[in-house]
Amino acid sequence: MDFQLTDDQRALRAGMRELLERRFPRARLRAVVDGDAERGAELDRALWRKLGAAGLFALRVPESAGGVGLGLPEAVLAFEEAGRALLPGPLVATELAAGLSGALAAGGAVPGSSEAGLSGLAAGAVQGETVVTALDEGGARAPVEHLACADAVLALGPTTVGLIPAAEVARAAEPIRSVDPATPLHRTAPNRARQDPAGPSRSGIAARLRREAALLTAAQQLGSASRTVELAVDHAKRRTQFGRPIGAFQAVQHLCAQMLVRAESSRSVVYAAAVTEDPGDIAAAKLLADEAAVHNARDCLQVHGGMGFTWEADVHLHLKRAWVRAGQWQCAAAAEEELAAGLVSTVETCL
Amino acid sequence: MDLAFTEDEEDFRHRLRAWLADALPMLPDRPHPADWPGRRAYDCGWQRMLHDAGYAGLHWPKDAGGQGATPTQHLIFLEETERAGAPYVGAGFVGLLHAGPTIAAEGAAEQRARWLPPILRGDEVWCQGFSEPDAGSDLASLRTRAVRDGDTYVVSGSKIWTSHAEIADWCELLVRTAPVNADTPKHRGITWLAMPMDAPGVTVRPLRTLAGTAEFAEMFLDEVRVPVTHRVGEENDGWRVTMVTLSFERGTAFVGEVVACRRVLEALARTAKANGRWDDTVLRRRLGRLAAECAALWRLTQWNVSEAQRTGGVPGVGGSVFKLRFSQVRQELYEAAAEVLGPDALDAGQEWVADRLSSLSYTIAAGTSQIQRNIVAERILGLPKGR
Ligand SMILES: Cc1cc2nc3c(=O)[nH]c(=O)nc-3n(C[C@H](O)[C@H](O)[C@H](O)COP(=O)(O)OP(=O)(O)OC[C@H]3O[C@@H](n4cnc5c(N)ncnc54)[C@H](O)[C@@H]3O)c2cc1C
Repeated sequence: MDFQLTDDQRALRAGMRELLERRFPRARLRAVVDGDAERGAELDRALWRKLGAAGLFALRVPESAGGVGLGLPEAVLAFEEAGRALLPGPLVATELAAGLSGALAAGGAVPGSSEAGLSGLAAGAVQGETVVTALDEGGARAPVEHLACADAVLALGPTTVGLIPAAEVARAAEPIRSVDPATPLHRTAPNRARQDPAGPSRSGIAARLRREAALLTAAQQLGSASRTVELAVDHAKRRTQFGRPIGAFQAVQHLCAQMLVRAESSRSVVYAAAVTEDPGDIAAAKLLADEAAVHNARDCLQVHGGMGFTWEADVHLHLKRAWVRAGQWQCAAAAEEELAAGLVSTVETCL
Repeated sequence: MDLAFTEDEEDFRHRLRAWLADALPMLPDRPHPADWPGRRAYDCGWQRMLHDAGYAGLHWPKDAGGQGATPTQHLIFLEETERAGAPYVGAGFVGLLHAGPTIAAEGAAEQRARWLPPILRGDEVWCQGFSEPDAGSDLASLRTRAVRDGDTYVVSGSKIWTSHAEIADWCELLVRTAPVNADTPKHRGITWLAMPMDAPGVTVRPLRTLAGTAEFAEMFLDEVRVPVTHRVGEENDGWRVTMVTLSFERGTAFVGEVVACRRVLEALARTAKANGRWDDTVLRRRLGRLAAECAALWRLTQWNVSEAQRTGGVPGVGGSVFKLRFSQVRQELYEAAAEVLGPDALDAGQEWVADRLSSLSYTIAAGTSQIQRNIVAERILGLPKGR
């Protein structure tokens, strides 16, 4: 066993961090959230293409299909960096769509979509030419993100997978005032034809995509959770009250220490789930990464005092994004049920 | 131990209920949250109605323009107004809950006559200029200077997080009048001043909160001239004067909100029943637990109020116990609300979502939870002062 990152994996993570620092520095994030609401809803297509060119969406696409040919662990590392930088956009759905196009290139078809044009959309996802968002019709019915600027919607029913033109979904959706200023959201009417009272299936391609989506979302949460530890610790070292850095007060130290514990324990589950792809591991990863992202942002806010309650500090952006991500794919209740079911299942598992 | 109300108290409650039933329908529509002048007018209008009906400054002493009511009557007032859905003090918060009581307790006769009636009538709005960029939790290290020039103080420095600064007429300001040195510890050289917000040299720059609204502001003071007659208490005695204010703030300022918590909790249960989430045992039990927390906060309030009634008015450090628990419960309540709302919890247009965002400040404003725990540990439990 060697659970540590390989040199290549380290290099990949460092490369992604460097790319984001160059292409999506803090000033860009602030421009998105400080501009007027209309502008904030737009997605930067040029950046999306740059990300595509750098291989973010093609990491898991086979080399034979023009991809990078790596696996889920590498995708998780890249998405962790995206979460850390609060990179906006439907990254997960676009990555999954790119994966489907890989399957197409290998002679398959996008299940549930007959139109040839849609295969083209999937192929465009690989290069970052198309923006694909997601509609999860099997789970908690999260609002659809970035619908107005997406080209296509990856619709996951209980057992079905479809790629629908975004305009078609937009016709039956209404925008809500998103709590996250960088993630515009639409509420969609439930599609009864697609709903299955038995809930989402546990096997098949829809189930697999749903699990991968949960894991990649967990990776983003992990990135945010580690970032808020850094923000809190930096502030605790710099801010002085009562003649010493507030980080010298045990109350503040314990907040920061607990944040690190949350981030690191969720990191180990997220990475392990990327290796095993086991449904129970993925449920644990999503559950704990959601919790780490939300609670770390809350504690980071507390450590910042009055500053943490301002729009100007980035803390609230982490909290609000964490709320959005926690509601996407496998939410806490579903993850807990999955894990509880695992305790009484007859299938043999090792911890 | 007796939780029953006297005949007088019940009588008071009934008269108040009857008045509320007549008065509330006469209120204008609530202004938009971002409409500050509108909010000021609305809040002050309500205060004027209370005043004209004899309910302003209920528990303030008669010689301060109050009604001299008992703390229990005051509690009944806060409970009934909240239950009836009456407006919250809003823009009147600092005047009615900090500056006013401070002036009533520490001010000279002519100061009371000048400042208290307009507060009670809803004519003048106050803000609180205590915190500074480098003096938050460590308030006593504040550096805004006031230099005596004949019969005026010349004030320079900056304040931050000043709620309602944009619509205030007056600011209760803490300034440094003696430099900190070996003879003067930092909380010795502080003075309490009433500063008119329209004085030359006062610049207010609104700050945006994480909820996207501008509830507080930065205040820059450049050689602002404040008459010496605007000083409450002695020069360099402002810290003690201030502590009276702060204990008022932690004492009864949140009573209405405790009642509101219970109301929100009942609404959450109704919504959960309607949208099916009530079937989730975990959520149902969570709401049940919160009902216990609300009950405890209400009983703790009654306990503190009875204690104040016996000891003669000024709330003690027990306020810290209340504030710690209340701010936490308030945040947990809106976490539960998010659970009830499900995907709608991401819709900032929902009232509970806005309240969830504002609840995030409760563990910070008016003394952070860490500072409150230090106070409980050191002053109530007598533990050694830590670092
Ligand atoms: C919504 C809102 C409204 C406000 N309105 C007003 C107002 O109208 N007027 C006004 O004057 N002020 C106002 N404030 C300011 C408020 O009182 C301060 O924010 C608060 O006292 C904390 O100070 P700070 O922001 O400088 O944080 P800091 O003091 O820098 O605290 C940062 C962190 O360090 C911790 N910390 C600091 N010292 C210690 C210690 N000794 N032991 C353990 N932990 C410690 C704190 O708990 C916090 O977690 C408002 C604040 C908010 C959020």
